[in-house]
Amino acid sequence: MKLVVAVVRPDKINDVLESLFRAEVRGLSISRIHGHGGETEQVETYRGTTVKMELSEKVRLEIGVSDHFVEPTVKAIIEGARTGEVGDGKIFVLPLEKVYRIRTGEEDRAAVTPVNVLAGKA
Amino acid sequence: MTAADTAWMLMATALVLLMTPALGFFYGGLVRSKNMLNTLMMSIASLGFAGIAWAVLAYSLAFGTGNAFLGDLSKIFLSGVNLEAQGKIPHLLFMAYQGTFAIITVALISGAIVERMRFTAYLVFLPLWTIVVYAPLAHWVWGGGWLAKLGALDFAGGTVVHINAAAAALVAALVLGPRKDYARQAILPHNVPLTVLGAGLLWFGWFGFNAGSALEANNLAALAFVNTMLAPAATLLVWTLLDLMRTGKVTAVGSATGIVVGLVAITPAAGFISPASALAIGAIAAFPSYYALLFRARTRLDDSLDVVAAHGLGGTVGAILTGVFSQTTWNSAGANGLLFGNPKQAAIQILASVAAMVFSGVLTFALLKLIGLFIPLRTDSRAEGLGMDVSQHGEEAYTGGDGAILLLDRSPIANPAPISTPALTAEKG
Repeated sequence: MKLVVAVVRPDKINDVLESLFRAEVRGLSISRIHGHGGETEQVETYRGTTVKMELSEKVRLEIGVSDHFVEPTVKAIIEGARTGEVGDGKIFVLPLEKVYRIRTGEEDRAAVTPVNVLAGKA
Repeated sequence: MTAADTAWMLMATALVLLMTPALGFFYGGLVRSKNMLNTLMMSIASLGFAGIAWAVLAYSLAFGTGNAFLGDLSKIFLSGVNLEAQGKIPHLLFMAYQGTFAIITVALISGAIVERMRFTAYLVFLPLWTIVVYAPLAHWVWGGGWLAKLGALDFAGGTVVHINAAAAALVAALVLGPRKDYARQAILPHNVPLTVLGAGLLWFGWFGFNAGSALEANNLAALAFVNTMLAPAATLLVWTLLDLMRTGKVTAVGSATGIVVGLVAITPAAGFISPASALAIGAIAAFPSYYALLFRARTRLDDSLDVVAAHGLGGTVGAILTGVFSQTTWNSAGANGLLFGNPKQAAIQILASVAAMVFSGVLTFALLKLIGLFIPLRTDSRAEGLGMDVSQHGEEAYTGGDGAILLLDRSPIANPAPISTPALTAEKG
């Protein structure tokens, strides 16, 4: 099992979600974060105060997947998030030691597999 | 001139001016958070750019004697506009009152082009549209032009303000094209409370808009005031019932929209009809706008904040129904409508509405194409994705300041003051 962590542009998050759902990756969480990835900084002015915004808004996705799902997940994220400009984001794949589904106490692979797939309804 | 008339019209002018920032908040709540300031600024900028255009040239073109189609240049730079009476109030005050109408009319158009129009192009559009489109139309209806001579009734601007702005909005939405995310992603309002606040302030300001259009503190102002209270109440009620029947839930965005539609619909009729008729107009006006909103969202027409459905349909329904419900027993300066034995009035109202739509549509199209030759009307798609606040204004509506590095022309510590070092002597006691 792996934990896929992706940092993407906020205006691409809907495209990313769409392509993840198309790749049948369900079960994920997102959070709004600030990050810096080498893109040109935006200069903003508020009355006499001029600032350079070193951090820009990003969205972080966290997705726990079983090993054979890593590649389709990463592919789907890249497909949805890429614009070709600096600042498109990063994907990190981390080893995942243990997963529990709180509702049932299921572990590991059973816990990261969506319910409707287990029940054969997918 | 009496003190009462002047006092009321001073107040009414301030009320109408407040409607423009209120419109900014009404619209602003409906866009995404990255475009909040841009949407607000599209209304705020009008206070300056349309306001100056009005004083310098447009007032003269609208209210100068001129001919049936356009005023003249006799009042440019406010020459001859002084403290002598124009009707029952000082001429200057009359000019200022009419100016607040010009300011909000062009700001209304912004609802169709939010989240994508280049701000500099919009700034050029503001004064030019006020001069080229608003001023002639105001002359036709209120400045002694051909629609006035024809007997078209427009108490406070259903034709001049709302039909005019909506026709321009439709054309502007078509010329600019849809937002890049339109019909691809759900684009949701980012702050519904601001929209509801805006609707409340618009209603408040609208008392100045409609009751002030009596141009004096008299019975007619009282009639227009009450009709301005009753008609949106009826629209709100019908809107609520339509929401309930369709989804079982009454929406806040819908209620705010219903209020505005009712206000738009009563505008041309406010001083010509009975309060009972105002209730009828308000109730009837809810239907076309309600269903047009649902329909529009399924089309490729990105009239983003539904200027056409709210102001175009609401304004047209109001203008035509003015020709149905108007009664000389309530306003002897008006005319009887269809229900009171004068079907011709309804025909005149339809003609006036169509004339305004065609004139505004054609001229707005030409004006936008002309501006487009010199300045691209839209931002590029990257700036649109980033958001108009950062790309057009270099500001964000909601920022925590994380990662903001202060830029200074000169370092304040270039010549640091010597730091006094305390002598490190053995401390005593």
